[in-house]
Amino acid sequence: MLSIKNLHASIEGTPILRGINLEIKAGEVHAIMGPNGSGKSTLASVLAGREEYEVTDGEVIFNGKDLLEYSPEDRAREGVFLAFQYPVEIPGVSSTNFLRTAVNQVREYRGLDPLDAVKFLTLMKEKMKLVEIDQKLLSRSLNEGFSGGEKKRNEIFQMAMLEPKLSILDETDSGLDIDALKIVSNGVNQLKSKDNATIVVTHYQRLLDYIVPDYVHVLYKGRIVKSGTKELALELEEKGYDWIKEAVDSEATV
Amino acid sequence: MSKDNQILEDFTSKEYEHGWSVNYEADEAPIGLNEGIIQWISAKKEEPQWLLEWRLKAFRTWLTMEEPKWANVHYPKIDLQGLRYYSAPKQTKKPKNLDEVDPELLDIYKRLGINLNEQKRLQGIAVDAVLDSVSVATTFKDTLSKLGIVFCSFSEAVKEHPDLIKKYLGSVVPMTDNYYAALNSAVFSDGSFCYIPKGVRCPMELSTYFRINAANTGQFERTLIVAEDESYCSYLEGCTAPQRDENQLHAAVVEIYAGSHAEVKYSTVQNWFPGDKNGKGGIYNFVTKRGICAGDHSKISWTQVETGSAVTWKYPSCILKGDYSIGEFYSVAVTNNYQQADTGTKMIHIGKNTKSRIVSKGISAGKSQNSYRGQVQVMKRATNARNFSQCDSLLMGDRCGAHTFPYIDINNPTAKVEHEATTSKIGEDQIFYCNQRGIATEDAVALIVNGYAKEVLNQLPMEFAVEAQKLLALTLEGSVG
Ligand SMILES: Nc1ncnc2c1ncn2[C@@H]1O[C@H](COP(=O)(O)OP(=O)(O)OP(=O)(O)O)[C@@H](O)[C@H]1O
Ligand SMILES: [Mg+2]
Repeated sequence: MLSIKNLHASIEGTPILRGINLEIKAGEVHAIMGPNGSGKSTLASVLAGREEYEVTDGEVIFNGKDLLEYSPEDRAREGVFLAFQYPVEIPGVSSTNFLRTAVNQVREYRGLDPLDAVKFLTLMKEKMKLVEIDQKLLSRSLNEGFSGGEKKRNEIFQMAMLEPKLSILDETDSGLDIDALKIVSNGVNQLKSKDNATIVVTHYQRLLDYIVPDYVHVLYKGRIVKSGTKELALELEEKGYDWIKEAVDSEATV
Repeated sequence: MSKDNQILEDFTSKEYEHGWSVNYEADEAPIGLNEGIIQWISAKKEEPQWLLEWRLKAFRTWLTMEEPKWANVHYPKIDLQGLRYYSAPKQTKKPKNLDEVDPELLDIYKRLGINLNEQKRLQGIAVDAVLDSVSVATTFKDTLSKLGIVFCSFSEAVKEHPDLIKKYLGSVVPMTDNYYAALNSAVFSDGSFCYIPKGVRCPMELSTYFRINAANTGQFERTLIVAEDESYCSYLEGCTAPQRDENQLHAAVVEIYAGSHAEVKYSTVQNWFPGDKNGKGGIYNFVTKRGICAGDHSKISWTQVETGSAVTWKYPSCILKGDYSIGEFYSVAVTNNYQQADTGTKMIHIGKNTKSRIVSKGISAGKSQNSYRGQVQVMKRATNARNFSQCDSLLMGDRCGAHTFPYIDINNPTAKVEHEATTSKIGEDQIFYCNQRGIATEDAVALIVNGYAKEVLNQLPMEFAVEAQKLLALTLEGSVG
């Protein structure tokens, strides 16, 4: 589904991603961990097409297409979804209105008829159950005055509405209380199928008890320096990153 | 160029869609401005002597007045002697009803999306259609007259309801109020007149659609709305003009009188030709709008969506004379390319327990300048006056300007006046967030801007709110991309 080869990206001339390689197949869940500032959000942004980042080398093939050639909106329409680490507020625009615009533009791209108000609301009701989100929240201005946890839950609700092929969840667990973490993870699991894939960026192995990854990767200084299975997350939880950092840094100096 | 600027650059390419004009045989005054021209206009309209004298008095005062210079707008001096002050489509006989109106004129309105045929209108909206200097048609007159409501062209009102005109003309905006109001008083040609009798709730929206067609002609219309005690009406005004290389002058006067417990809602969607991308052409819009809450518990509410005109100078105001009267001003002003707008309101609290609310949302793009100018005045007698003002500015790009000039003058210690102001930039991260959900940039901007202006758009009658939303998006189209 997704094949990242030797991806280099920089912002304002500073290289952040320095040769990322990653293969993700349909049906898989990959967790990306790594110390603060290692480039996790940058990778997510580059995949989503944020223009501040300049891709200086490498390629990204998504379902046979050269993803980097697509505009951000077309990437979304092709099925790439990013649950933002910091969701953006849009005053005066209700989630409902926002999502209706989004869903219908995505449908148009895929050659489907737009959903009328009734069909759209029916779909919304159905998806709301998945993450147990309150109707009242959705009639308020998008993310404005939402608590940290509400924002994160709303991101996953949007994901449910848009039914992406590749979902990238950037620290969706941070800010969620214990119950919300279970509910949101449960929602994500229900959305999982053999045809889609998920990348979860997280600092905490606890999330991975709920959303069980097939692979765990450690990102450090813009590279994936270690990959393993779920057990790697447990090991990191116990030992921290120092042992990996040391190994990588000493290798670099040799 | 930064991405923001690039976005804005691309977003400003949309052409004005009402820029066409038609050729009709016109009945015109000679070019120029003098007492002879005023006599010519008055004679053409078969006006009574008192009105001619009123005009001449206004003209003589106007001659002694100076053009105001305090507004934050810049434009070359207007050659008032180079304009034509009256231009009307030639009609062989005066039409008695819509069937007798020249179909070609009706077509002009049809092209603008306004069907004057009563049967074909979906909703109850009565329309007075003003083309250049005259009203060409008014719909639903009969339905309204059964309730005692008068809705007709100003010229007709002068003939049919001279007492009302004599009583109220110039009572809210005196002929000598300001330079443009004086000019309008001298040369005004037509406009709309509404009269709602005591205790009557007008069952439909009343609206006037102003269209400038002729070249080199100033439009000076005059609107007078009188709402007697315990009455209600909602009035809408729409305007467009052809795209011409020269600037055209529009100097209107609107007066509203509201008796005790009466309520008048006045909404404007102003879409005069704004000039082209390089700032060539466009309407100079110098308008005086004022309402008086003459009785206790009366209410006047102005809502405006200003998207057009090269230069806008406009301050719809409320004189809150009656105790417990309420004045409201809701405004969205958008400027793009080289447009300049200096707009706001005046709330004058005279009565006790009077309240006013100001919500102004400025949006500037391109190289435009957008100023809010508002005055809140609390007189000595106005115990417990309340005002709340919210002035927000949204900037798109870094070559435009937003300015706020609030003036507060309080002469009673019990007054409570609150002013809040914010300035924000349309954010790249907001646009990216929308993009990431599959929304194209242009639609993202429309969404964000409409969200920003929502509080004001919500004040408009439903059908017009949708129109206004589209218009906002259209005005800004091309400024982000
Ligand atoms: N405009 C910029 N100029 C220079 N460096 C930047 C800029 N923007 C981001 N960076 C740097 O890029 C690096 C990677 O940031 P990124 O947000 O991808 O980290 P992260 O792995 O998601 O961290 P966290 O775990 O804290 O979310 C950081 O060191 C950050 O400071
Ligand atoms: Mg991050």
